[in-house]
Amino acid sequence: MAQKLKETILNPILKNNPITVLVLGICSSLAVTVQLKGAIVMALSVIVVTGLSSLVCSLLRNTIPNRVRIIVQLVVVALMVILVDQILKAGESTYAIDKQLSVYIGLIITNCIVMGRIEAFALGNKPIPSLLDGIANGVGYGLILIIVAFFRELLGSGTLFGLQVLPVSYIPNNLVILPPFALILLGCIIWVQRAFDKDLQEK
Amino acid sequence: MNTNSNVYTVIYTTIVVVVVAAVLAFTATRLRPAQDANAKAETLRQMMAAAQIKPTGELYAARNAEVLGIYSDNIAEAFTVDLQGRKVGELSTASGKIELVDKLKPQNTAIKAGEGATLPVYRFKSGITVVPVYGAGLWGPVWGYLALQSDGRTIAGAYFDHEGETPGLGAKIKDEPWFREQFVGKVIDLDASGNPFDIVKGGAGDDASKVDAITGATMTSKGLDQAIDVWISAYVPYLRTLTNSEEE
Repeated sequence: MAQKLKETILNPILKNNPITVLVLGICSSLAVTVQLKGAIVMALSVIVVTGLSSLVCSLLRNTIPNRVRIIVQLVVVALMVILVDQILKAGESTYAIDKQLSVYIGLIITNCIVMGRIEAFALGNKPIPSLLDGIANGVGYGLILIIVAFFRELLGSGTLFGLQVLPVSYIPNNLVILPPFALILLGCIIWVQRAFDKDLQEK
Repeated sequence: MNTNSNVYTVIYTTIVVVVVAAVLAFTATRLRPAQDANAKAETLRQMMAAAQIKPTGELYAARNAEVLGIYSDNIAEAFTVDLQGRKVGELSTASGKIELVDKLKPQNTAIKAGEGATLPVYRFKSGITVVPVYGAGLWGPVWGYLALQSDGRTIAGAYFDHEGETPGLGAKIKDEPWFREQFVGKVIDLDASGNPFDIVKGGAGDDASKVDAITGATMTSKGLDQAIDVWISAYVPYLRTLTNSEEE
């Protein structure tokens, strides 16, 4: 049991990372990784949404009518996302970040990771493992987001968390700020991960 | 219990939807005051940054309550003018009453229709007048505040914001200080037959009524240029009265 729980938590972060292995949630990881601060808030929001949605859906799993289960899941996910968005807007220090992330907080609803984990895990498991699975997948997603944002902010603006770290003489690379570069970076991360983890390589 | 029967499905979904709606309605009502306070403080920060009351960084570092305090200390009067430059109404100068951004869109329509516009004017104790501009960028609305010296034509400062322009390109109208700083000292041409002020591609140079657009953000620059043209043209009759009273 302990072994299984450990796998539930560790798998989504490394071996089964939603972005680099399952290649889910690419859209938002291209859009919100221009700056570290935004990426971290996005990562935390996704962790909260995946965790709570999985928990609630797992609690309801024996009562949900099979024919409308996707719709019921969607309602639960949408509820969590709107709650997160409303709370970010109400906080004095998170208001500016919420404005910067604009539509992408709302778009967590369409993030395949959330629905994917509910369908694949929460509907067949008890609430506590489901909650952990949701959180772990959110962490796996957030980790990649933060790595990408680190490089994009450093090379694209010469700053980290808005503070200048590269010498002022460094000319920011404009390509890095545009979404296509995030895709290139993601490709590199997948490459590095596969080079180290032989299990992920196709025979 | 048969969870696949029609009756069960209908009742189940109804309950889920009602519960979710209740939770959302409750949170939205509870959080509304805090969200409004944030939006108002944001508007005040941008207006005061344009009016050069305090440096932009300092205004953004200040808590909401401090921002309201700075505004109350500096505002002199606020009122609305019509398209002929006549004063038509008073606005509250209480810091809690600012709801500018939401109100700009209907005014934009009224200006274009040529009648019924009541345009807000904010006069600070330093003699600086702040007027808003509003228009369409590439992805959504762009807006901003132009601060004018007491002669009604020299620009003392500007601040621009947007809803969703491209980060690194169009978003520079807000993020890059050089863009708004180049407005300082420029002059609105109150007697121009065409546009009173322009954002141009390359080489605004020493022209008193032109500033440079942003490279790679042609549509955002054009949208902002048009916003300034439409709104400042609408304010010209009022701004002329400021110039005249100064000359007398």
